[in-house]
Amino acid sequence: MLLTLLLGLFVLSLLAPLINTFSRRFSGWLLSVVPFIVFILLAVKIPQVSGGYYSTEEYSWIPELGLIFSLRLDGLSQIFALLVTGIGSLILIYAGYYMRSYDKTSRFFGYLVFFMASMLGLVLAADLLTLFVFWEFTSLSSFLLIGFKHERPEARQAALQALLITGLGGLALLAGFILLYKVYGTFELATIIGNPELLASSPLLLPVMILVLIGAFTKSAIFPFHFWLPGAMQAPSPVSAYLHSATMVKAGIYLLARLNPLMMSSEWWVYSLSLFGVFTMFVGAWMSITQNDLKKVLAYTTVSALGTLVMLIGSSTDFAVNAMLVFLLVHAFYKATLFMMAGNIEKKTGTRMIDEVGGLYRYMPVASAISLLALLSMSGIPPMLGFISKELIYEAGINAPSAAGIILLLGFLSNAFILFASARIALDVFLGKPMFEKQPKEPDISLLTGPAILVIISLLLGLLPGRLTDSLLNPAMIHILPGSEAMKLKLWHGFNDILLLSFLTIVAGVLMYIFKARVTALVSYANLKYFKARFSDGFFGLIDGFMYLTSRKTAIVQHGYHRFYLMTIFVVASVLIALTFYGWKPKAELAQNLQAPTFTVLVFGTLIVVSTITTLLAKSRLVALISIGLTGLGIGLIFIEYSGIDLAITMIMVETMMVVLGTIVVFHLPRYLDFSDLRSRQRDVVIASVFGLLMAFLAFRSFTNPETKISEYFVENSYLLAYGKNVVNVILVDFRALDTLGEITVLLLAAFGIYALLKLKTEPK
Amino acid sequence: MASEIFKIAAVQLRPILLVLSLIVLYRGHNEPGGGFIGGIMAGMGFVLYAMAVGVEKARKSRTIKPVSFMGLGLFFALISGLFAPFSGVGLFMQGVWTEIELPWGSAIKLGTPLLFDAGVYLLVTGMITSIMYAIMEE
Repeated sequence: MLLTLLLGLFVLSLLAPLINTFSRRFSGWLLSVVPFIVFILLAVKIPQVSGGYYSTEEYSWIPELGLIFSLRLDGLSQIFALLVTGIGSLILIYAGYYMRSYDKTSRFFGYLVFFMASMLGLVLAADLLTLFVFWEFTSLSSFLLIGFKHERPEARQAALQALLITGLGGLALLAGFILLYKVYGTFELATIIGNPELLASSPLLLPVMILVLIGAFTKSAIFPFHFWLPGAMQAPSPVSAYLHSATMVKAGIYLLARLNPLMMSSEWWVYSLSLFGVFTMFVGAWMSITQNDLKKVLAYTTVSALGTLVMLIGSSTDFAVNAMLVFLLVHAFYKATLFMMAGNIEKKTGTRMIDEVGGLYRYMPVASAISLLALLSMSGIPPMLGFISKELIYEAGINAPSAAGIILLLGFLSNAFILFASARIALDVFLGKPMFEKQPKEPDISLLTGPAILVIISLLLGLLPGRLTDSLLNPAMIHILPGSEAMKLKLWHGFNDILLLSFLTIVAGVLMYIFKARVTALVSYANLKYFKARFSDGFFGLIDGFMYLTSRKTAIVQHGYHRFYLMTIFVVASVLIALTFYGWKPKAELAQNLQAPTFTVLVFGTLIVVSTITTLLAKSRLVALISIGLTGLGIGLIFIEYSGIDLAITMIMVETMMVVLGTIVVFHLPRYLDFSDLRSRQRDVVIASVFGLLMAFLAFRSFTNPETKISEYFVENSYLLAYGKNVVNVILVDFRALDTLGEITVLLLAAFGIYALLKLKTEPK
Repeated sequence: MASEIFKIAAVQLRPILLVLSLIVLYRGHNEPGGGFIGGIMAGMGFVLYAMAVGVEKARKSRTIKPVSFMGLGLFFALISGLFAPFSGVGLFMQGVWTEIELPWGSAIKLGTPLLFDAGVYLLVTGMITSIMYAIMEE
C-alpha cells in the first residue's frame, strides 16, 4: 500500500501541469485531493502503528547487486509522513490561489508535488539507498522551486547555493552510507539500527558519523551551513512555508533521529549534536533581531528552531526526545502558518518589510487573528501548543546530561530573541498604527484555509495535549531512543522553576521590545564590529576560487593542439598496454600460432602498406584523404577474406563516407603546409610505430590466449540463446547490448558536440 | 552547382536507399546487415538528397528533425532494454522474444533486439544527417 501511495503522488506530479491547465481557478483544491487521501490513509494506520505493527514492503531493485527498494511505516516515519502530506495538501490549496499571478504555474505545481512525493519517500524509506535517492530528489526539487523566479539573478544564485550545499551534503551522506554498508553488509535500516554494537566496535564509526552529520547539517541548515536557508527565501511563499520550514529542512532532523540509536553511545555524536545544535539555535535567533524582511525574520527563527531540534536529539534523554517531537509538530504548524501569512501580506500590501506595514487588523481581521494565534505559539505563550513545547525544552535543558548550564542560558536567550521577533511581527505588523491609504483587503478564503486549520490544530492540541502522547509520540519515541516513554503532556505543570523560566523569557522578550530601537542598534553594531563573516559571500568566494583554479588547470591540460592530444592518448595507451605484456614470451607463441598469410591477404596487405606510405608522403590533402580511404578499404577486404562480412560492409561504408565528408571539408581549409620539422616527425614515427606494434601484439594475444578467447561462446550460443544467425549483430544488439547502448549514447553526445561547434560561432573577445 | 544527372539520381535514390536500409536493418539478425549499416545507408540517402537540392530544401522536406531522430533512437534503444525487467523475464537489456503468426501461415519472430537495432539505426541516421547538414551549411 505504501508504494501505491507514493506512486500516486509521483503520478500526480506528472499530471499536475495538466490539472493546472484544465482549471487554473480550482487547481489548488483539485491537486490537494490526492495528498489529502494519502494523509487519511496514513492517519487510519495510527492505531496499528502505535500497537507495534509496522507495514513493510520490499521490492527487488537490482537483485544482482543486492539492491532493494523498501518502504516501512513505523512511528517515526508516521509522524513525518503525516506532516508531509497533511501540510502538503493545505499548502497546495494555498498555492493554487497564491500562484495565480505568476507565469508557468503548471511547472511549479509539478515541482511542488514532486517534492511532496520525494519527501514522503524519504521518510518511508526502510533502506539507506532508497532513502538516499529520495534525499537527492528533495534537493533537486528544492533547487527548482527556489529558482522558480529564474529571471531574477538573486533567485538563481540562491537556488545554486542551496543546490551546491545540499548536494555536497548528499555526497557526504552517500559516502557515509557506503561505509555503513561496509560494516554491516546490508543497506537495510532495521538491521543496521538493530546492531549498534557492530558499528561502535568498528574503526569506521567516526568517519561514518562525520559524513552523516555533514549530510544532515547541510540539509537542515545547521551552523556552519545555515546561510542557504535565508537565501532560499527567494522562493515563492508556498515553497518557503512548505519546504523551508515544515518539511524539507526537517529531513536532516529525521535522519539524525533515525540514526540516533545507532550512534548515541558515542560521546562524539552527543557532543557534536548538542554543540552545533545549541550554537545554531542561538545564532539563528540572534540574526533574526536585525532583519526587517518578514520572511527573513521567519527564516532565521527557523534556523534557530532547527538548531533546537538537533540539540534535543543530541541530549538523548526521555525529556529531550519528547520535547523534540512536540516542538517538531509545533514548529511545523506555526511556521507554515506564518510563512503563508507573510505571503498574504506581500500579496495584499505589496511589501513584506516590517516597518512598511502596520495596523493590518483593521483591514484583514481574520488573517490577523490567525497570525496572532500562531505568533503566540511561536513565543511559547499559553494556551497554544508552543507553550508546552517550550516548557519541555526547558525541562530537557535542566535535565541535560552535560553542559546543562550553557544550554539553559543560550536556550533562554534564544527564546527571548524569538519572543522579541514574534512581538515585533504581532505589534508592528498586525496591531499598531495603520499605514495605508489604499486599503488592503482580506485575503481570499483559499489563502486562509491552510493557516486557519493549522492554528486550530495547534490550539486544540495545546488545550488537550493528552491525545497526542499515545497515538503519535510514544510510537515515534521508541525509534529515537529505544526504551523511552513519552510523558503525559499537560498545559499546566504547576508552579515550578520551569514556569519561572517561561515567565522570565516573556519578561525579557517584552523588555527587548520596549527598548526595540536600542536593542536593534546594539545588535547591528555588534554584528558589524564582531561578526563580519558573511557566510554566503564566503561561499561564493570559494566557488569563484574554484572556478579560477579549474580554468587555469583547463588552460594547461586543454591546450587546443590536436596533434598533442593524439600524442598524449597514444603514449599513455602504449604505456598501459605495454604494462600488460609484462612476462609475455613472444617468441614461443609467435612461432606456435603465426600462420603464413594467404595470397589474397598478401595482396590486400600490400595495398594497405602502399596506401599508408602514400598518405605519409602526400603533398595535398585530397591525396592523403583518398589514400587513407584506401587503407580502410584494404582492411575491409581482409575482413571479407575471413568472412567478417558485416565488419567489411561497415568498414567500407564508413571509409567511403569519411572520404566524402573529407572532400566537402577540404575545400574550406587553408592551403596544405608542412608545419612539422624533421625532429618532430622522427618523434611521431617512433610513437606511431610503437603504438601500432603494441596493438598488433594485443590483437594477436587476445586471439591466441584461451582465457580471453570468447568468440566460440558467441558462435555456439548465438542462435540458441538469442535466435540470431548473424553472430556479429547478435553480439551488438543482444549479448553486448549494454555496451552498444553506451556507445550510441557517446555517439549522440559527440554529434551534439560537433553540431554545437559548427552552429555556435564563438564571439570574438 | 550539382549536375542535372546527379540531381535526378539523388532524388530518385533517396526512397530506394531508405527502403533498402530498412531491409538491411531487418535482415541484420540472421544475415549481414543491421542497424548501424542500415543507419549509414539511410543517412547517406538523406545527405545525397541534400547535396542535390540544397540543405535548406532538404530540411524542409523532412517532418522530423535529424536531431530528433537521434533522441528517438536512444529512446528506442533504452526502452527495448526495459521490457525484460518490467515483464519479469530478466535483467535490463535482456532480450524478450515473441512470435507473431502472419495471416498467410508463416510466422515471424519479433524481439527487443530488433527494437534496439532500430534505435541504433535511427540514431546513426540522425547523427549522419545532422552533422552533414551542419557541415554543408557552413
